[in-house]
Amino acid sequence: MTTQATDTAVRTSIVVEAPIERAFSVFTKDIGSWWPPDHHILEAQLAEMIFEPREGGHVYDRGVDGRECRFARVLTYEPPNRVVFSWDINPRWKIETDRANTSEVEVRFTAEAPSRTRIELEHRHLDRHGEGWESLRDAVRSPGGWPQTLEAFANRLKS
Amino acid sequence: MTTDRAPGLSALGDPTRRAIFERLADGPRAVGELAGDLPVSRPAVSQHLKVLKDAGLVIDRAVGNRRLYQLDPQGVGTLRAYLDQFWNRAFTAFKAAVEQ
Repeated sequence: MTTQATDTAVRTSIVVEAPIERAFSVFTKDIGSWWPPDHHILEAQLAEMIFEPREGGHVYDRGVDGRECRFARVLTYEPPNRVVFSWDINPRWKIETDRANTSEVEVRFTAEAPSRTRIELEHRHLDRHGEGWESLRDAVRSPGGWPQTLEAFANRLKS
Repeated sequence: MTTDRAPGLSALGDPTRRAIFERLADGPRAVGELAGDLPVSRPAVSQHLKVLKDAGLVIDRAVGNRRLYQLDPQGVGTLRAYLDQFWNRAFTAFKAAVEQ
């Protein structure tokens, strides 16, 4: 796995031992199987994650109380090669309603062999989250800030 | 791949610095608090904080007679560092899920 970054983007890639169709399907339809389970901004406990497999669809969490948190819009859906979605979470860790202030994530899938797939991810236009940026510290200090929840997730995988 | 890597992200390549960064995400801390929380000496923590500060991820301020370190809330570097960690770990989990 490698990571690169320019000033306003983060890039990551990984090679998985799986056919491209499966890699794409797990990344999208089964997003709940790998997304850090504690990394949600719902108030209620998470019931499920839904990735609507079409342009104009949403990626969202549904809580056990039935409430939904739509944190991404599917901008491009080209199975099994490419998916692009918006990142509608602002630095205050709230849903960003002004689309001008959202970043986007592009994920490209390339078959390196029948059962090996390279996945490249670019999370770009991070500068668009400019407004409210000064509140990041407060957001990440709250319970559920990313580092802690991700660490918990990594530990759970190990066990 | 290292040539266009931002200094902030390189600074997080070290596990101890990453641990310090994650603790600072939890709120401002003094050197002594960080050292008490990690298996490294106080001078080592200071050195790591200097690297994080030079990389633009961390700022410090004096509060009374203490010096507190915190994540730099300005600029996009901290968000990038954050998301870099997030996606790397998410991808590791994704790999495990897809290869099951």
